[in-house]
Amino acid sequence: MTEEQQKIVDFLKGKTGKTKFYFNDFLEVFPDKGPRDVKKVLTSMVNAEILEFWSSGSTTMYGLKGAGKQTHAEGED
Amino acid sequence: MAKHATPKLDQLESGPWPSFVSDIKQEAAYRAANPNKVEFQIPVDCPDDLLGVLELSYNERETHWKHGGIVGVFGYGGGVIGRYCDQPEKFPGVAHFHTVRVNQPAGKYYTTKFLRELCDLWDMRGSGLTNMHGSTGDIVLLGTQTPQLEELFFELTHKMGTDLGGSGSNLRTPAACLGQSRCEYACYDTQDMCYQLTMDYQDELHRPAFPYKFKFKFDGCPNGCVAAMARSDFAVVGTWKDDIRIDHAAVSAYVGGEFAPNAGAHSGRDWGKFDIQAEIVDRCPTQCMSWNGSKLSINNKECTRCMHCINAMPRALGIGNERGASILVGAKAPVLDGAQMGSLLVPFVEVSQPYDEIKEIIEKIWDWWMEDGKNRERLGETIRRLSFQRLLEVVGLEAQAVHVKEPRHNPYIFFNEDEVPGGWERDLEAYRSRHQR
Repeated sequence: MTEEQQKIVDFLKGKTGKTKFYFNDFLEVFPDKGPRDVKKVLTSMVNAEILEFWSSGSTTMYGLKGAGKQTHAEGED
Repeated sequence: MAKHATPKLDQLESGPWPSFVSDIKQEAAYRAANPNKVEFQIPVDCPDDLLGVLELSYNERETHWKHGGIVGVFGYGGGVIGRYCDQPEKFPGVAHFHTVRVNQPAGKYYTTKFLRELCDLWDMRGSGLTNMHGSTGDIVLLGTQTPQLEELFFELTHKMGTDLGGSGSNLRTPAACLGQSRCEYACYDTQDMCYQLTMDYQDELHRPAFPYKFKFKFDGCPNGCVAAMARSDFAVVGTWKDDIRIDHAAVSAYVGGEFAPNAGAHSGRDWGKFDIQAEIVDRCPTQCMSWNGSKLSINNKECTRCMHCINAMPRALGIGNERGASILVGAKAPVLDGAQMGSLLVPFVEVSQPYDEIKEIIEKIWDWWMEDGKNRERLGETIRRLSFQRLLEVVGLEAQAVHVKEPRHNPYIFFNEDEVPGGWERDLEAYRSRHQR
């Protein structure tokens, strides 16, 4: 895992009560990076199956793979 | 014999219009009989259970669907919308009933071969029920289960040459009118631009990182067959710079009754003799036309491209020759602040491959909106919150009279330092030489 990916994992693990986050939330983790660079880090983590998308259909969020109620509750795991 | 009694839904079939209930019943009967020996991969009776859960909702007046979830194909953040029934024991056929959005071809041209393959695939791997097309324009495949998604995706992409559409905080599936393929009003090649931008922005289409949805639509002329200026965040609408072309002999032929107005579209009843003054000149919203009894004149600089005269007399009037497009931004349906039409950003731009000038504007808008847009805020709402003036700064355009919608409400004028001669800095010593403490 790269240093940037680890920062995101630490950010997600440091949050309690929430498991899914908007893209904008990750911009705070990298104040010196633009949105497109942050997106590259997130995409690499989705491709490495560290993160997964959660979509309501209209909005999409990111979370650690397997985290939260959704996976188990819907019998998708 | 229907699996569930559905008296309320049955009543819907009694009206004069084609009924979705009849369509679902037809699919239920087809799957039960299975004349083509399809190896159904999800429950055969899912259309029956779909009718059952809808009847229950009509009785209880509340939904039994939950939408959203982690379902999708690997690497894509959109294209699949998870849907689950909260009464899975009663309706096991629709316990998992995910929607798949498929990118429609530009202008919605299909071969029958493609449609047959699509329907065969969906009969096997889904409910067989489709929505052709959804509001954004996609082919919507209604109802499947998670194990079918990757299989379906492989078939669509590797064998049928298409792809999933957009959903979630993505660029949504771009949509275009049929443009120059059939329409003489098209001011640019809408299908080519739609295809090119779809290919160029694959990352934005499949990997969501926007605050909310973002829609492109491409209309070839202001008739707006894909309603770009009403429904898309970034609308490219064909227009022309020069004059409406007039064939005076053809105008006389319309007046003389030789040609049917509106290409005969309203011939279902007798509307009387064509009256060019009442039906064309008096209906011009900017009153820029006149008819002296023998000649039609147009004051073209007042024309707002409403298209009425051209639509009514297509053999006599034609779009100008100096063609391009206008760009409007920020249209949306009501969630916050009500519905909004697009605001004119670029009055005229030439539209030709590789569309770099337009892409530059798009990307500047995205960079701004991704940084400053709030979560679940459409571009039109960001513009309203932070001002159209800010948008002009972002895209690097000078304000023009056409950008003004109404007189200003705020009497104060705020200047940035670079707009003021000399800036904010001043020579304190020189000041004190003139003003004692």
